[in-house]
Order: sequence, then structure tokens, then C-alpha cells
Amino acid sequence: MRKAVVIGGGLHGLSTALHLQRTPGWQVTVLERRHVGRHSSGVNAGGVRRLGRDLREIALSVVAAEMWAGIEKIVGDDCGFRATGQVKVAESAADMAKNEARVAAVRALGWNHEEVVDAAEARRLLPAVAPHVVGALVVRDDGSADPMRTVMAFRRTAEQAGVRIVEGVAVTGLRTTGAGTIIVETDQGAHEAERVANCAGAWATRVARMVGEEIPCGVKASMMIVTERLPRFCEPTVGATSRSLSFKQVANGTVVIGGGHQGRNDVAAETSTVLFGSLAHAARIACELFPVMRGARMVRSWAGIEARTADEVPIMGESRALPGLFHSFGFSGHGFQLSPAAGAAVAELMARGATNLPIAAFHQDRFRPAA
Amino acid sequence: MTQVDILVLGAGPAGMAAATEARARGFSVLVLDENARPGGQVHRAVEQREAKDGQDRDGAKLAAAFRACGADYRPNATLWAVEPEGKVFWSEGGAARSARARRLILCAGATERPVPIPGWTLPGVMTVGAAQIALKTAGLLPEGKAWIAGQGPLLWLYANQVVAKGGRVEGIVDLSPPGGLARAAWHLPNALRAPEYLVKGLAWQQRIRNAGIPIRRATRLVAEGDGRLERIVIDGWSRSAELLLLHDGVVPNTQVTRAIPGCAHDWDAAQRCWKPRLDDWGNTTVEGVMVAGDSGGIGGARVAALAGRLAAIEAARALGKLTADQRNAEAGRIRLEWKRQRAPRRFLDALFPPLPEAAIADSTIVCRCEEVTAGKLRGAVALGCLGANQTKAFTRAGMGPCQGRICGPAVHGVIATARGVDPATVDPFRTRFPTKPLTLGELAALAAE
Repeated sequence: MRKAVVIGGGLHGLSTALHLQRTPGWQVTVLERRHVGRHSSGVNAGGVRRLGRDLREIALSVVAAEMWAGIEKIVGDDCGFRATGQVKVAESAADMAKNEARVAAVRALGWNHEEVVDAAEARRLLPAVAPHVVGALVVRDDGSADPMRTVMAFRRTAEQAGVRIVEGVAVTGLRTTGAGTIIVETDQGAHEAERVANCAGAWATRVARMVGEEIPCGVKASMMIVTERLPRFCEPTVGATSRSLSFKQVANGTVVIGGGHQGRNDVAAETSTVLFGSLAHAARIACELFPVMRGARMVRSWAGIEARTADEVPIMGESRALPGLFHSFGFSGHGFQLSPAAGAAVAELMARGATNLPIAAFHQDRFRPAA
Repeated sequence: MTQVDILVLGAGPAGMAAATEARARGFSVLVLDENARPGGQVHRAVEQREAKDGQDRDGAKLAAAFRACGADYRPNATLWAVEPEGKVFWSEGGAARSARARRLILCAGATERPVPIPGWTLPGVMTVGAAQIALKTAGLLPEGKAWIAGQGPLLWLYANQVVAKGGRVEGIVDLSPPGGLARAAWHLPNALRAPEYLVKGLAWQQRIRNAGIPIRRATRLVAEGDGRLERIVIDGWSRSAELLLLHDGVVPNTQVTRAIPGCAHDWDAAQRCWKPRLDDWGNTTVEGVMVAGDSGGIGGARVAALAGRLAAIEAARALGKLTADQRNAEAGRIRLEWKRQRAPRRFLDALFPPLPEAAIADSTIVCRCEEVTAGKLRGAVALGCLGANQTKAFTRAGMGPCQGRICGPAVHGVIATARGVDPATVDPFRTRFPTKPLTLGELAALAAE
């Protein structure tokens, strides 16, 4: 058996490990410093969204969407995925024009999943939406899933497939051997492997630095609000064209509100905290788009910490400093939907050095200063 | 943003005393309190009532001094978040507000321990504390066939207050395990350093006997009825009932301190509750965050008021107005009285131990918001859940609008007894801000253009 190590037990690490383990001849070990799904994987908004993706991300996102439609076949659980649509509301003529231009750009690349709808259709999709909404950008078969349930399904399936998941182990160093393998040093002994994946999220740049590779990448801690249970009033996941919002009513009736409003993050302490002054903006946007929300009580708020690149698309590709090490991080707040396809792509890169999946645009070389 | 030297949470005895002391030392003080008037629970509506005992007179004096002290006092204000560097958030008049304080003195008081018996969620069943609020603020006496059940000093106090006002209850069901006095006897000599507590307690019980109210010891109580309370069953003996008031003592209100990162809490085995780790002055393990009064450990109103003053004196040292020596000198006499007033505590803790969680039947609801039974919690423990934060994920216990404020002690106790381990080793609910539900509209008000 050829051995591989995945650093990081978040959703991307688990997906990578699962796909590589399913490749004949491979034995994968996942090393997780805390516990599986500890940070953003378990607490993100759960959006399963192609809508509004960076043009470079659409192709991979479309592959992922197909995998989500059959997610039960991949991980034996539906992960709470519901294809109830994603709707980005337009609040002005300028927003509508932006949406038209966006759809034209997406169609020019050959994709037809996004469409512009008028005010009447927006209201049909979102009966509780505020009267000033003039239309929307829609992907009807996007949706949302339950993040923690998804993490647990990937974990269970990976372990059933034979992946070894070790929690509470911190990676401290990486080095090559004369035989061309990699030694992954941890605070509890070393692991030798032919291939290593760096799926360490907000801590991935530290892993890269262990091999002397400097990859520019920041950190974010997006905040979320959950309300008390409310009567059903909204099926799709809702965003806004020119304001930061992610808004959805989940199956149990509670409403989960996010939108990338930033809390405080402390990478060294591995914590993130809510900043209410900033969170108030999410509440305000939600109340303005859904006036019914004004009286809804929020019961919890939280933030999850993860990596954010300068151009907000991920870093995926083989290390330039240590052959055999593959990076996959920096999903910048929208990696949840991509996780099944991204894991498959990285696993393929690890197993055979190449992949047909559309990830070429994500190599870290794009941040290298031109020689 | 508003800037103040000292923010005081709560206008009960500890908060009123802390604010008054801090103002006397020249600090700007902002006081947030959920109630419409100062007093907290024990001195509730003390400005409106006629003083009938020493405690009322204490409260009236505290409230008058507090009113005159010049603090920026905000009644009807609910604090719901504390961020690092002393930034606090609260709701007032339908909008959220924020301020920054150099020092926080949290005087959040106590909350009643829940009493999960079969049928406790029926309309007609409420807590003794809630009934006492109605009595103090609106003079409301229990009507119809009313029963009081459980254990703890407040139960006897409330029954006395009802009798004194000419009210009537059918009976008192004493659920405390027998042998309380024998257990407590060890602590009696120390308790006699402040004999007024014991004298008062004995007088309460006597007055109830004199009023002819039956007191019945029992081990099992069930509330029954179709859509509302119709009868209670006391050890198999059924009596008709229209109102049942339950009580099982009070615990420190640690909702805010537990949500502050780095604020350590310890398990108090005698009072069976969590309390923040405090030094002699009320400093928590987080710089700038202090606690005074019952939210730091149950001690009663007099202890709370003294602790509030000690905290304010220490704040004066921390903010550079006093040296440590000056602080010690000024605190000397207050400290002595504080120690004396605390003397009976071990005796009272031994006399009034909380009801055992192991006795809660599997079918009894523990978390009211999400309707989670003791059996479901025990099932989650059997699946490997070690603490309240894991059972939350499995059962949703503690995830409703109250966020575990009501059921927290019971959930924690059920888990500890089901695991058969020391409760000190079982994690309580991790609380998060906002520690009180606020509407999105209130929060949105913080995001002015």
C-alpha cells in the first residue's frame, strides 16, 4: 500500500482523504490537531451555491453541484442537502443591470445555471421579501446543507473506507527522506508518506512555511446568527447583489444569517469571537430585506476561522518547495459547496500527479512575483 | 461611544452598593438593570413598599443612597454581551446600545434552580420566585387551591409573606431529604457568629405552624391535569390543586461570566453550583472584570452589599485612586462584617441541600424550550456524551430561546449522576453572547448608517 497523510480534519481534508482512500492502492491517515470539524467546516452557513461564483471557480463548482445532487451515493447520507434554490435579490435598477451583466458573462463561458428574474418572480420565490426588491439573480437547483452533518457523514464514510483519523495530534515539521518519501513530524511521533495534503485551513500557511514555502494568504472569521424557530416563510437561500448577506430558514424553522461580516480571529489561540458592532450590519440587512425579521429573537451567534486569499479563490496545487506535498486551502468563506469536487481533484493530483478536474487556475504560482 | 470608568451590571444590593461606593470615590458609573426600579430580587419594589423588617430598611437605605449617588442609572436595560477591553452591549427601549468601561462589576444575582417534576410545564405550575415577584410588585397573593413544594429558605420566607398578608395555601410539601439538621449541626457554632439568620428561620417555620398550614414531608411529587394543573399527587396521595409553586434554592447567575473567554469557574460542592473563581476582592481571572454578590456565590443580600462596596474599593485601587495599603485600610471594617455575615452559610448549605437529580424520572421534561426529557439526556450519556455541550448536539437540550438559563443546573446534574462522576468534572453549558435573546431589530439599531 502507498501511504498518504492529510493534514487537517476539516471538510476538505476529509473529502481529500476519502477520495484518495478510494483510489486502489492507497492508505490514508488524517492528522487533526483538535477534533474533526472544529473550525469553519462545522459552523459555516452551509450554502450549496454556484450562484455568483468567481468566474474561475464556476467549472469546479458545477462539478461539485452534480456531486451534491447525488451526495448520498458518495457519503451514505443526504447531509441535509435541499435543492431549494439560491436567490440574490436586486434592490435597485443598478443592481438589475449588474445582474444582467453577470448572467451575460457566465453565459459567455457556456454556463446556463444563472438567470435574472423580475420583481413578480422574486416575490413568488420569496413571499416575505421587502417591497423595494426589484428582481433577482437565481439558480433554481442550488440549495443548502447541514455543515456539521456533512462533516460527520464524510468522517464516517472515510473511516468505513479505511481512512485512519487521528485527532489531538499537531504537525510540527515536514522533511524529505533520501528515498523520496516525506516524514510528517508531530508532537506524538512521526508518519512517513509518499504524498501529503495540506488542508490546514487558517493554519495552512504555517504548514507551507515548515518547508520554506511562503504563500500569501490571510485569515477570516465570518460571523453567523441563528434565530429562534419561526413559522415557515422562506425556502431558498437568499443573498443580495450589492450588500453582504446570506440568509436562510433551515429545516427546523430557525433562520441562519451570515454574509461574511467579520468577527475577531486569533490564529495563535485558535479562537474566533463575535464582534456585535459588525454583526449588527448583518442584522440590519436581514431586517431591511425581510421586515418580518425585526421582531425575531436571535438566540446564538458564532464565528468560524478560516483562510482567505487575496483574490478570494482557493490555493490548490503541488508545493514548489517539497514535491509530494499538495496544498488545498484558502477557500475564503465559500469552500463548503466545493468540498466534494476539490477533494476528488486533490486526491487525483496526489495519486497520479495530474487531474482533469478544472483546478488549474488555483495554483499558488499566481501569487509569485513575475520573474 | 459612551466611555465610563465603571460599569455595574444589576441594581440589586451588590450593584447599588458598588455604584454608590464608586461614585463616592469620584468615578463615572453606568448601571444597567433589567428591572424598572432598583432593588434586585430581595429588595424588589422596596421604594414602593412600607418597610416591615430590618431587611426592608436596609434595602430602602441602599436604594435611596443609590438614587442620590449620581450614577448614570439605566433601568429596563438588558446587558447581552461583553467584548474584550470593556466593551458592553445592552438593549434599552427596543434598541441595542454599547459603551466602553475601564472596569466591570457584574452583580447579576441568583437564579432559581429548576425543579423538574412530572407535569412542571403545565399552566398553573410556577416557581416560588416568580410568585414572590408578583407579591412584591403587585401585592398578588396565590388564589384558589395553592400548594408550595420543594425546599430552601426562600420557600419558607415566601410562605411567611403570604401568611403575613392574609393569604392562604393548602399546604407545604417539603421534599428535602430527612436529616438536614443532623448534617448541619457541625456548622452550627460557626453559624452562631451571625445568629440573626437562624432566629429568623426558626420564626418563619413557627409562624407557618401557627397559621395552621399543613407541612408534609414527601419524596415524590407529580403535577397532573388536562391542559392545566388540576391536582398534585404527593407520594401517591392525590389532592386537588389550582396553583403549584416550586422551589429548590437558588444558584449564582453565571450566564455572563461563563460567556467571557478566560473567565474561570469552579464547582461548589456544598451549594452544588458553578461560580466564578474570585479573589477576596471580587476580581475574576479576566483583567478588569469583577463580580460581587450572589452571582459570585450565594451569600444573601447583606453579604452582597458588602461585597459590592469591597469591589468598588478594589476598582479604585485598580484605576489608580488608591494604593493597595490605602485600599486595605479602607476595606478593613467592611471586610470584618462581610466575614461575619458569611458565617452561617455552611450551616444553611448543609440544611438545605438541593433535591437529587437522580430522582428525576426518565419521562420528565428537563429542557422546557426544546422539550427534552431526562431519559433522552441519559440516552445521550449512554451514547458517550460526557457533558452538557455534547448532549446539546444530540438532544438540542439548552438550545431554545432560554439558551440553558433555566435548565442548565438540572441538565448538568442529570449528566453527572447518569455518568456516576463528580459533577465538578462535567462541563456545564458553554454560554455564548448574546446571553439574553434580543431581536434582530434591536441589534440592527447598532448599525446606524
